[in-house]
Amino acid sequence: MKYVAEFRDADLVKRAAEQVRRAVTRPWVLMEICGGQTHAILRYGIDELLPPEIELVHGPGCPVCVTPLEQIDKSLALASRPEVIFTSYGDMLRVPGSGRDLFSVRSAGGDVRVVYSPLDAVKIAQANPDKQVVFFAIGFETTAPANAMAVHQAARLGLRNFSVLVSHVCVPPAMHAILGGEHNRVQGFLAAGHVCAVMGYWEYPPIAEQYRTPVAVTGFEPLDLLRGVLDVVRLLEAGEVKVVNSYARAVTFEGNRPAQELINIVFMPCDRKWRGIGNIPMSGWALRPEYAQFDAERRFDLGEIHPEESADCLAGQVLQGLLKPTACPAFGTLCTTQHPLGATMVSSEGACAAYFNYNKAAMLDEVSRA
Amino acid sequence: MRDVVKSTIEGLVCPVPLQHKERIVQGHGSGGKLTHDLIAKSFMAAWDNPILNAGDDAGVISTLGHSRLAISTDAHVVSPLFFPGGDIGRLAICGTVNDVAMLGAKPLYLTASFILEEGLEIEILEQVIAAMKAAAQEAGVQIVAGDTKVVGKGLADGMYISTTGVGLLPDGSNINGAAAKPGDAVIVSGTIGDHGIAVLSARGDLGLETELTSDVAPLNGLVADMLAASSNIHVLRDPTRGGLATTLNEIARQSNVGIVLKEGQIPVKPAVDSACELLGFDPLYVANEGKLVAIVAAEDADAVLAAMRKHHYGREAVLIGQVKADPAGRVLMETLIGSHRVVDVLMGEMLPRIC
Amino acid sequence: MCLGVPGKLTQMYDRDGLRMGKVDFGGVVREACLAYVPEAQVGDYVVIHVGFAISLLSEKEAAETLALLREVSDLNAELAVQPGEERL
Repeated sequence: MKYVAEFRDADLVKRAAEQVRRAVTRPWVLMEICGGQTHAILRYGIDELLPPEIELVHGPGCPVCVTPLEQIDKSLALASRPEVIFTSYGDMLRVPGSGRDLFSVRSAGGDVRVVYSPLDAVKIAQANPDKQVVFFAIGFETTAPANAMAVHQAARLGLRNFSVLVSHVCVPPAMHAILGGEHNRVQGFLAAGHVCAVMGYWEYPPIAEQYRTPVAVTGFEPLDLLRGVLDVVRLLEAGEVKVVNSYARAVTFEGNRPAQELINIVFMPCDRKWRGIGNIPMSGWALRPEYAQFDAERRFDLGEIHPEESADCLAGQVLQGLLKPTACPAFGTLCTTQHPLGATMVSSEGACAAYFNYNKAAMLDEVSRA
Repeated sequence: MRDVVKSTIEGLVCPVPLQHKERIVQGHGSGGKLTHDLIAKSFMAAWDNPILNAGDDAGVISTLGHSRLAISTDAHVVSPLFFPGGDIGRLAICGTVNDVAMLGAKPLYLTASFILEEGLEIEILEQVIAAMKAAAQEAGVQIVAGDTKVVGKGLADGMYISTTGVGLLPDGSNINGAAAKPGDAVIVSGTIGDHGIAVLSARGDLGLETELTSDVAPLNGLVADMLAASSNIHVLRDPTRGGLATTLNEIARQSNVGIVLKEGQIPVKPAVDSACELLGFDPLYVANEGKLVAIVAAEDADAVLAAMRKHHYGREAVLIGQVKADPAGRVLMETLIGSHRVVDVLMGEMLPRIC
Repeated sequence: MCLGVPGKLTQMYDRDGLRMGKVDFGGVVREACLAYVPEAQVGDYVVIHVGFAISLLSEKEAAETLALLREVSDLNAELAVQPGEERL
């Protein structure tokens, strides 16, 4: 695939890793805040190629992992209603709510359908006028333009049977929460490439300045990841605080203007609870009053929701980069990908699942001996 | 079209029974005339062989003095019934033929049991039957017993098929999942992920358009050629549900060995690659229905590969890895960029992701 | 959060008032909404996320990134101005 294969070139990857090794003179802690990047780092073994001085910490960049328990429980309540066709991105189906997940609602008779695109959910609404179609609108800024367009289209088409359960989260407030945290160890940031493709990176210079933390807008292929690490490490070594664009083929400073405009038409900032972390003010998006009729939380009486999180799940600490998954007492014992306690073990980009699936700890030692 | 009989007698008239030529009705499963007619006209006429034609409750087969049989059974519930490259009928025959062949046995006889949905068009049933006949002929097997049941509308997704297959094991043959040895070569017969992605595209709900077709095929001919080339084939398996990764993990566990794969060697069609990128899938976990994995003593790898490449279904056979003593029970991948990662079994259902 | 895949735009048309197109990912084609890349032309490469084009790919920038990485290890390169840097 063009624009993919070239950025996985083994030779170039090795050279980039070599450049990182030569650039580093002391330890640095870097955070990446995109589940897709966590996944790619572990899938390609990027951390294996980096010098030991570099510690890569995984931030709360998986929207599936941070969707608050209340919203999951609301999705389960909606999906259980006989008049509802509940549509969702595939990621959400196995995320545990308070005791159940969408899969179990489906097996109990709920009409739960996976869609690839929110426009498919709109099509389902058009094709099923006698049913109420609800779409689980989750995601970071990358997904907001798509989710917004679905609502916008539904309004334009005059659909009476389409609504959305919104649970959007934004990156900059999360960065403030992490970098401003008491126990923060993060010194350099790899910003999420596709979030920035939409939003640009004009939001990051003030954050970089405030916390004296350099930022590199980073892509997802092995070369992109190494490029981002190299750029941040060079800035750190030089004592410079800057925001650089290491994913220039897809990202511009202003970002995608038409997308930002439509997000602003449909959504407005709101407080948002992040699962495992707690409330981060103004870190989410909610439907504007003009679109309130499409809010599933208003359209349906969902009754009392009493979320109950597993006491053994330390996902919150993992998400803030304070705990490595392998250091969690439940990791691999009470909590595995087969029976996950929390969202970070369920989502394939959740840090815990990524470590579990790609876990190399003991394996690597054996391979190097073999 | 209703056959209407006008009667000159007043009062109750016994209507001529409808022919029900077009769709399956509950009556087809009742065991009466409708059932017998369906079996005679649709099944037996197509599959015509002396064992089946005897029309008894069981088929009589002879084992020609061999001491061991291999036997396997499978249910097929694929939706849609017809997909690019195949259909539920071909899938049913090939699936069971292949399971038997993976023990190094020569598949001979199959049974086929049908659960049909009320309302299914008989023409569709006959297309499936014809496909099964063609697949059976290609594989050199006979369908010698069967059954038909009908369930209500909305059940069985059109139809479900269950097949059982029986084959002869040559004396001394000991191909099994626990037989892999450190140093053995790991070979795959061709590109992985074709079937799973072809069926997914055919379902239509993800909006993918592709020329990709299922690889569904009977592999007993290929296996026979491989066995002629080497008597040191330790394991054979077809990576169906769960894909290559799950199959290799099963073998690693059964044999208590490690398997190390080279990412660059694993053959994947560009369309499968692209579809997997788009949906967030890994081709290693996508189902195959016309491929096999062979674990062979290292010194025979070249001979086996040569034999495979001469056969239509093995023309893209390639060496993809090696068996090692450690890490026992695990599968590792040496990535394109030289690092290593663990390849685990498939957990649950593969779903398209946004992350 | 970011499964965005590059593909080549092969067709453009309108549906239900939205600009849509067919995107070829190499053996697989899928429809995508082009509302957010109004400048895109047939033949361009776009990044697709959940059925929407969110960015137009720059061939020039891609080539530059690769070219930089292909340079043989060069101490001078580490002292020179970094590419893609935003002047604050």
